[in-house]
Amino acid sequence: MRYLKNFVHIVGLPIILILAWVLWSSQSTSFFVPTWEQMGNAFANTWTWPRLMSDVFPSVLRLIVGIILSIVIGIVVGLLVGSFRWLRQLMEPTMEFFRAIPPTVLIPVFMLLIGIGDDMKIAVIILGAVWPILLNTIEGVRSMDEVLSDTSHTYRIDGFARIRYLILPSAMPQIMAGIRQSLSIALILMVISEMFASSAGLGYTIIQFQRSFAIPEMWSGIVVLGLIGVIMSFIFQLVERNVLKWYHGQREMENAG
Amino acid sequence: MTTQEHNPVINQGSTVDTPDGLLPVGHTLPEGEALLSVRNLKKVYYTDGGDIEAVRNLTFDLPKGELTCLVGPSGSGKTTLLKAISGLLEPTAGEVKLAGKLVTDPPKSMAVVFQEYGRSLYPWMRVRENVELPLKVQRMDKARRDQLVDEALEAVGLDHVPRSYPWQLSGGMQQRVAIARAVAYQPEVLLMDEPFAAVDAQTRADLEDLVRSVWQKLGVTVLFVTHDIDESVYLGERVIILSSSPTVIQQDIKIDLPTERDQLTTRSSQRFSELRHHVYEQIQLAKEGFRPDAAKAQA
Repeated sequence: MRYLKNFVHIVGLPIILILAWVLWSSQSTSFFVPTWEQMGNAFANTWTWPRLMSDVFPSVLRLIVGIILSIVIGIVVGLLVGSFRWLRQLMEPTMEFFRAIPPTVLIPVFMLLIGIGDDMKIAVIILGAVWPILLNTIEGVRSMDEVLSDTSHTYRIDGFARIRYLILPSAMPQIMAGIRQSLSIALILMVISEMFASSAGLGYTIIQFQRSFAIPEMWSGIVVLGLIGVIMSFIFQLVERNVLKWYHGQREMENAG
Repeated sequence: MTTQEHNPVINQGSTVDTPDGLLPVGHTLPEGEALLSVRNLKKVYYTDGGDIEAVRNLTFDLPKGELTCLVGPSGSGKTTLLKAISGLLEPTAGEVKLAGKLVTDPPKSMAVVFQEYGRSLYPWMRVRENVELPLKVQRMDKARRDQLVDEALEAVGLDHVPRSYPWQLSGGMQQRVAIARAVAYQPEVLLMDEPFAAVDAQTRADLEDLVRSVWQKLGVTVLFVTHDIDESVYLGERVIILSSSPTVIQQDIKIDLPTERDQLTTRSSQRFSELRHHVYEQIQLAKEGFRPDAAKAQA
């Protein structure tokens, strides 16, 4: 019974929205608002297996690589910068500078420097998505509980063990919050990175449909983007719930007590 | 390093009864007899608002296997002292030696139990993993590790909850986990910083008995810091009373209660109340700002 209720809560609003859209669009006479039948057809005809293979999966792969590298770079650099005060002081102004630059303005420069291949697109994703992870990791490392740190020190949990058993898990709630932010940034940058000098990819395809006034197809591409976002967030939540089980449990206990 | 002179002036500080077994303040043991030696320890915090002298001058020795309580009024630099002894804090002057070796970093043969049990256990690890971690980091082999962890959990009466997370347990049980971790670590010296200040009175009595039994079973040297006068007398074989800050030793008393102690009979015994009375008086003096060093200077 409880599961049924949860299920209704989760799918309720999407179903209402879809129904509203079906009703509203079937009256549509506007060129830019296709009817739901047109949309359905366009979706089925456009996102066929060959197209998924040629345009969607490569984009998603670049997205995944970009996110993974952002996470690795963000956490490693964040651990270092968070652990050493002098490094933090040294890096802070520089990081603020680079963070303020929108990665999109660097695309032309990257095209010249790295070329127009996958590397460039992945670099653009990383350049935008790394910051929330990096800054959150630094914050997480800095907000380490002093008693826990002293305890670990007295038990001589030093060096790599300290990072593995103390610093990383204790910063994990913040790191996860950073990753959550980075996911949506990465998705946006994946699309944008394919809008310049590209001949394939999800972003490229949507732009092409737009320019050729294939409006139902364009909308269907936007729906695909949204679906990718939903899947990503779903996977993230699964991982997060597992990794931070202790954190949520502890919070629940504190709130109850 | 022989025994320094008994200081009669300081003993005059106690106005009413002077119990037998008053030890000379700042007395030291011959070289080699003390496991833990604290010499002329001083800690000053240099802050923007001026220097704060937390600990002025402390000298004492702990022989091997003794259970000593440090008791002092609140704000008497107890935690500072403990951190300096455990190598977490560098003293401004003076030194701490463990088995003849200067302590500059937390020594391997020392374990510390902190007051804030909720913040000294790893919330992302289960009870068993918490106890096991220091041994795992030492690369002790799995069989030996398991044995030590099992024994430690059994010794504190927690062998039934190894799969729980610390935050699923009550405060008293969490502190038991912290004690189990210290026990499994097999230290020679166990430092406890007001470990029961944050647990309720009934749990506290149980934990006090646990500390006594662990101490007796393992023969470990214990330094137990507390602000609770009854607790210090009930637990200790010796009580060192600290003055108010800047801290010096105000009095050093041998507790001549029987080794087998019991919450009911020991606490209601004549001797217990005499000793308690005496320590209480000393703490009151300390709170009023009595300075043993000033009294000494006047004499």
